[in-house]
Amino acid sequence: MNLAQIFTDLVFFSFAAILVGSALMTIISRNPVRSALFLVLAFFAATGLWILLEVEFLGLILILVYVGAVMTLFLFVVMTLNIDVEEQRSSFVRYLPFAIVIVAMLVILMVYVISPGHLNPSELTTTGGQPVNYSNTTELGMVLYTDYAYPFELAGILLLVAIIAAISLTFHGKGNNKTQNPDQQILIRREDRIRMVKMQGDKK
Amino acid sequence: MFNDLLLILWIIIKIIVIVVPLLLGVAYLTFFERKVIGLMQSRIGPNRVGPWGLLQPIADVLKLLTKEIIIPSASNRYLFVIAPMLTITPALAAWAVIPFSQGMALANINAGVLYLFALGSLSVYGVLVAGWASNSKYAFLGAMRAAAQTISYEIAMGFSFVGILLAAGSMNLQDIVLKQQGGFWHWYWLPLLPLFVTYWISGVAETNRLPFDVAEGESEIVAGFHVEYSGITFALFFLAEYINMIMVSTIAALLFLGGWLSPFEGIPLLGPLFAWVPGIIWLFLKIGGFLFLYIWLRATFPRYRYDQIMRLGWKVLIPVTLVWVVVVSLGVEFKIAPWFI
Repeated sequence: MNLAQIFTDLVFFSFAAILVGSALMTIISRNPVRSALFLVLAFFAATGLWILLEVEFLGLILILVYVGAVMTLFLFVVMTLNIDVEEQRSSFVRYLPFAIVIVAMLVILMVYVISPGHLNPSELTTTGGQPVNYSNTTELGMVLYTDYAYPFELAGILLLVAIIAAISLTFHGKGNNKTQNPDQQILIRREDRIRMVKMQGDKK
Repeated sequence: MFNDLLLILWIIIKIIVIVVPLLLGVAYLTFFERKVIGLMQSRIGPNRVGPWGLLQPIADVLKLLTKEIIIPSASNRYLFVIAPMLTITPALAAWAVIPFSQGMALANINAGVLYLFALGSLSVYGVLVAGWASNSKYAFLGAMRAAAQTISYEIAMGFSFVGILLAAGSMNLQDIVLKQQGGFWHWYWLPLLPLFVTYWISGVAETNRLPFDVAEGESEIVAGFHVEYSGITFALFFLAEYINMIMVSTIAALLFLGGWLSPFEGIPLLGPLFAWVPGIIWLFLKIGGFLFLYIWLRATFPRYRYDQIMRLGWKVLIPVTLVWVVVVSLGVEFKIAPWFI
């Protein structure tokens, strides 16, 4: 076993340990802000693993989209909300049946996907198996815009619908908000706002 | 085994060769900034420490290093200490992929632009965490402002990167620079002019520099997110801000102004005359120009009002970039010379 192999293993196991640990901390942490930050750490570790598998495009997009945008907004909301953790804990038992059903479904899905019939370990490429000029981005683009063109466009439409729904929920028509009109604002002259008054006491 | 160790040592030497000049550059960028703003405002600027005040940044660093670090008693201690590190780490890590000249990069990776963009989007975390962990109203307000602003301008910045990717057909920074070969008029600033302007404005906004420095806003919220920080912890925020400034300038030079390529390339008399100048000098000159622009902006404009920042980001820059991405794709499709061959 050469040094490069040892290094790869070391990187893999440390990222894997960080991923599992921070995912655990996300659910058991009492403070919601800390939970969100641990989730960020989990995304990071996942990125590390993906880059180890030479899928740098997916890894970097994970950082860009989830860490850079989604989690920032998430933190933004969580920080401004004053969430009472104790109150949430009291309803823990009430939601437990739903949680168990969801977890059971997830476990079944995982078992189905990772079963030998679908995921053959011998077919998986190990790290460092790709040629030097291999570009994950090109490969992904080729697959995405040929084999999966329709699902890709469908996903796009789904997001568009979500955007329109979100806007229509929060937008109450033009007259009801206090929007500034920049065209009018830049037309303001000094004479509109200031009146020069001569005071008698000024002359001495 | 021995060769592997040698490789690691070589990489470490390369990292030192990048980081040490970078830190010195930051120190003298602050000096340059104070001098330039001083001259712009008919003052002299720092001139007491050393000849022409040249040792001023060293004195500033020593002073910051010797100050006491105060951790507010009601703060979240752990996050409070970790926030400056969260700011400085991505700022330094981004330099790994920057090519300083042909073949002169620590890591020449294929997804270079994406890597830079991903790390750039992380810079807001230090600010957010610092603002929240300080447990102070002003710091929190600064953090919230920074988060909203960064998110808004990241989109415009992303679209200007998309334009570059379309034009160059690659995410590798070296390929992008080499695609611009052929002299001043072949660089991407001309065909991508709206994206260039958008990138620059978003870059200034991302680094929280004037006129977009609502996250600090001295006159409104004291010093924003780092109001509770002192000594070296404050210095780390300061350092990260200036490293990010240099970073944004470097990316602008690489993507839009031909990186290390000579501006006189292809001109009959001047081209051969300046052919001996190493590429890295041109790159540094271009970076310096952008840094001067940063300082010039700071000395010229008052701070933007918050709603105006949001308006500029969402209603002006994003539509402009969206339209221009379509224009660029048409240009690439019909192979408009000399840029999209």
